[in-house]
Formats: sequence, C-alpha cells, structure tokens
Amino acid sequence: MGYPAHIEYTLHLADNALILGHRNSEWTGHGPILEQDIALSNIALDLIGQARYLYQYAARMIDSDVTEDTLAYGRDAWDFRNCLLVEQENGDWGKTVLRQFLFSAWQYFFYGRLQQSQDRDLAAIAEKSLKEVTYHLRWGSEWVIRLGDGTKESHARMERALDQLWKFTGELFVPAAYERALSVAGVAVDLHSIRSSWEERVAEVLGEAQLTEGAGDTWMQNGGKEGRHTEHLGYLLAEMQFLQRTYPGCEW
Amino acid sequence: MHEQQWPLWEVFIRSKQGLDHKHAGSLHAADAAMAIENARDVYTRRMEGVSIWVVESKFIHASNPDEAASLYDPANDKVYRHPTFYDLPDELKHM
Repeated sequence: MGYPAHIEYTLHLADNALILGHRNSEWTGHGPILEQDIALSNIALDLIGQARYLYQYAARMIDSDVTEDTLAYGRDAWDFRNCLLVEQENGDWGKTVLRQFLFSAWQYFFYGRLQQSQDRDLAAIAEKSLKEVTYHLRWGSEWVIRLGDGTKESHARMERALDQLWKFTGELFVPAAYERALSVAGVAVDLHSIRSSWEERVAEVLGEAQLTEGAGDTWMQNGGKEGRHTEHLGYLLAEMQFLQRTYPGCEW
Repeated sequence: MHEQQWPLWEVFIRSKQGLDHKHAGSLHAADAAMAIENARDVYTRRMEGVSIWVVESKFIHASNPDEAASLYDPANDKVYRHPTFYDLPDELKHM
C-alpha cells in the first residue's frame, strides 16, 4: 500500500476508532449487567460513527471507486494503521474498561489539539468527537477507580490488565513517518505536546484506583501505525469483514 | 456479580429547562454516581433530557392501592372543593 501521508493519517485515525468500536461491540449482549451492556454499546457506536466520518473523508481524498465500506471491509491487516492498544482482546470487563480508559484519555487530549488543525475537515470531526470522548473518558475513569479500589479480586484483575496493556501505551506517542511531515505542516497533532497531559491524567486516575502504573522501563511495543500488528487483528478482521469478503458489495 | 443484584433506582428526567422532572423508569446500579451514568445511557440516548434525578427505589413510599376507596372516593361528591362551584358577583372581573 502507500497512500500519501495525509490519507494515511486519516486512515490511522479511522482505524483506531473502528477497531476499538468493533472490540467494544463484541460485548453487546454479553455485558455484566444490562445497563452497562447498553453503555459500552453506546461507546462502540460513537467510535464507529467517528470512524465513518474519517473513512468518508479519506475516500473523498482518494477519489476513485473507494468508499468508506471498501476501506473498512476491503483492506488487509497490514493495511490497517491503528495502534496496537485498540486491537488487544477484550479479556474480562476490567481489561476492557482499562483499555477504554487508556485510549479515551489519549483521544481526549488528541482531539483537543486536532481541533486546531490546518485541515478544516479533520478539525471539524475532532470537535464533534471530543464531546463523545469526554464522556468515554469519564465512564472509563469511574470504572477503573471502582474496580482498582474495589475488592481484592477486582484489584488483582486490574493489576493484571494493566500489566497486559501498559506495553502498548508507548506507541500512542511515537509518530509514524506520515505523522512527522504532517505535524510540521500543522495538520497532524504533535504527539509530544499531549504526552505530559496524558501521563498526568492517567497517573491521577490510577493513583485513585490504588493501581501501580507500569514501570518506566517497560519495553514498549510498536508498529501498528505502520501495519505491523499483533496476531489479534487478523482474527478480528476475519470476523468483521467476513460478510463483505464473501458477498462483495452486499447490502441489506 | 450474579449472586448479588445491584440495588434498583428510580430515574426522573427533565426534558427541557423549566419543565418538571418526570419519572422515566428504573434501573440497577451500585451507587448514585453509577445510577446517573446508567440513566444517561439508558434514558437519554435520543436527546430526551437536560437533567437527571435518581433515587434508590427503597426510599420511595407509596400509598396502598387497597385503600384507594377510603383515600380518594370521598372527594367525589364534594363539588364545593372546585372553584367553579361558586357563583361570582358580576362586579368581579378577571377571574
């Protein structure tokens, strides 16, 4: 593959939202309690909605037969530009809410900056999405605190989840090649500029949750933003893309 | 989770500034903060509200339906409790 940087960047943001939205949707009908089943399904829909705006915009830039659907359902794992964190398996409820919290905290500061992008379309999508993400962050924070500072069992599960996910947080702040050029041009967010805000917020919530942050010397996994994914993405895509792959262009 | 149910909460939503909170339904939540969050997700998905109240259902005291006859029926034949029962003097305006 290899679209121009501007398109790659838009796809990166779209893929982040779609993959996490899909992961969350796997909980629909399986939530621990009806009310939370609805809450997480709402978040899934918000994220898939954000992904649609971004894919539509990318498709307009590509300017051919490409549509939002072909971008979501027609690309292979190595074409996907999402970060590794969002494709990780749901695990238990604790791992799912922790993943949401870590990513929503990033999206919160990220969209805050993207609103000032020179690209008016991306800025508008950021502005609309930020309201949703503000709620996701609040929801995720509440759950992390509730379970981290909960029972012995819930605390142990959250510690385990943190151990499993922390190594994927470094990638959130390592710019891919397509991001570097665009951030100089004022289109992409300079990831360095949101790092300390993210670290502060995460430390604050983890502190309140009685959880110990990942060690500073944790080896950070990398590569999702450039198409090198963990084995989980392939399985996710196989399920998500099955229908369009089997019956291309199928509508209902 | 399954061995012990979370308590039940009654949800009241105000749909617009200036209107009253109206009973919207009930839901389960571990505490008040979660009840408000759950209410937001369950009852305001389609722009139904600008304000949410929640109260744990056990704190609501209700009248007994079996006593309806003694509680409400006596009001039936007391027409003088309605202002329309009274003849107003013609001199009285703006009533």
